[in-house]
Amino acid sequence: MKIGVLVKQVPDTETKIRIAADATDIVRDGIKYVVNPYDEFAVEQALKVKEQVGGDSSVTVVALGPPRVAEALRTALAMGADRALHLKDEAFEGGDTMTTARALAAALRLEAFDLVFAGKMAIDDNASAVPGAVAVLLDLPNVNLIHAFTLAADQRSANVRRRVDGGEEVVSCTLPALFTCEKGLNEPRYASLTGIMKAKKKPIEEKTAADLGLAADTVGKAGAGAQLVRLLPLPERGACKFIDGDAQQQARTLVQLLRNEAKII
Amino acid sequence: MPKKIVVVGEQRDGVLRKTSLEVLGAGRKLAAGGGVLEAALVGEGADAAAGELAAHGVAVQQVNGAAGAEAVSAALAWLVSEQGYEIVLLADTSMAKDVAPALATRLNAALMTDVVQMDLGADGSLRVVHPIFTGKVNAEFAVQGRSIQVLTLRPHTVAPAAPDGTTGAITKHSWTASVPPRAVVQEFVQSAAGRVELAEADIVVSGGRSLKSEENFALIEGLATALGGAVGASRAAVDAGYQPHSRQVGQTGKVVNPSLYIACGISGAIQHLVGMRTSKVIVAVNKDPSAPIFQNADYGIVGDLFEVVPMLTEEIKKLLGKE
Repeated sequence: MKIGVLVKQVPDTETKIRIAADATDIVRDGIKYVVNPYDEFAVEQALKVKEQVGGDSSVTVVALGPPRVAEALRTALAMGADRALHLKDEAFEGGDTMTTARALAAALRLEAFDLVFAGKMAIDDNASAVPGAVAVLLDLPNVNLIHAFTLAADQRSANVRRRVDGGEEVVSCTLPALFTCEKGLNEPRYASLTGIMKAKKKPIEEKTAADLGLAADTVGKAGAGAQLVRLLPLPERGACKFIDGDAQQQARTLVQLLRNEAKII
Repeated sequence: MPKKIVVVGEQRDGVLRKTSLEVLGAGRKLAAGGGVLEAALVGEGADAAAGELAAHGVAVQQVNGAAGAEAVSAALAWLVSEQGYEIVLLADTSMAKDVAPALATRLNAALMTDVVQMDLGADGSLRVVHPIFTGKVNAEFAVQGRSIQVLTLRPHTVAPAAPDGTTGAITKHSWTASVPPRAVVQEFVQSAAGRVELAEADIVVSGGRSLKSEENFALIEGLATALGGAVGASRAAVDAGYQPHSRQVGQTGKVVNPSLYIACGISGAIQHLVGMRTSKVIVAVNKDPSAPIFQNADYGIVGDLFEVVPMLTEEIKKLLGKE
């Protein structure tokens, strides 16, 4: 079984986000980059399926971005992925979710994966849009937010569970298909020392827009339908009003304030 | 430059969701300068919801026959092309997370998800604000360069539209999918009856690890029930097994945006703050006066939640029970 995983490199969750002087980016100095946490669930699930199916199954991780993105791919290789594709071209920069999806889909099309996993959301742009767009471009069915995955015995479909507004769905989906992964799906493994050593020898193939047959004006900033104008600081909240007294007095005062001052209850 | 705008409604158990009326409210603002505003409903059993939308003064295009996200996005793409809509608005719900990226791709449209502010300039230029880095900063985008734009609106950012005294016409269409569905819902397990959905709740009461047990979360449940709100939890409380992940608020859980958020025994780590700090009014109850949650709260009670929360529940019951 040929399994693909979409991976994004993002600033670590602990990063203190500061707006750069020209307000078109965050301050990038000193940022520690990691594999997007939800993509770790995707890599782990791909490795689990590979281990289950065995044979000549393989896991390929695919990422788009500047040279530093190779570190994220190397991390996934150290976890156990077999090979990596790095979509690396200055022309990709400044793109939106749709241009990114178009480039990733072009790369995936050359591979004919049986299964594709991705994270439910990137924690930097918070769009939750790229996997769904990739699925349509590749004419794959797509189930989002899965927290349980079972491959059917004939390997031609999968049963997944996901939480949606109002409840939980059990979905059966024919393969090939694309799934996005939610926390709870699995516990991503740490790369072992041997894994890290082996990863150094595994291939990372680089692809430019031209390699993927994409015209320069359809990718990156030139092809984007949504362009970043500026970053805005969050609106400040006023000082906290502390309420004194014993528990009963505090409760009474708060309820009065919520009704008469905040007019919220 | 006036635009032709469509609001995609959503129904559950035959009832129009409140978020659909919020999106209608947002659509009215965009259409204010002479634009055209209509609504669309796709899927079976949407007659009552279509009627409710029409009662708010918009023409409704009702498409029957599409089931499942794949068919719904295909049917919507057909409708948008057929009717010549230029801006498509959806509420940022789990349905929209399935449908909007697929719809935008099918239409070769521009897409912005989880929008908290949208403005249409007199020249037809669309500017939107979308929180990034899990709400640590806002980003303003110009949505242009495509003939169609698809936007999803975060719940609770716009007041729901009120009826305007007119009734729109309902036009019915039928849709036949060209291929059988490949992803099929086999089973749907509904959340417990009467429980308010976290992401769309107008009031959220959350508890942290200092609740000390799953049983003690009954205190939080009690206050939430008295207020007609939903229960949330910090990551620490979820990791300790007191609450399911579906109730986690924050970085790796849900982002909520209610009118009132009450944080009980939550210190206010950045990972939690990013999930709730756009709430209109924030109340914090915590023993530690230096807890960072207080820097992000409007009202603070320094005290023991095991004493304060039951008192608060009593006072709320007294107040709301009188009405």
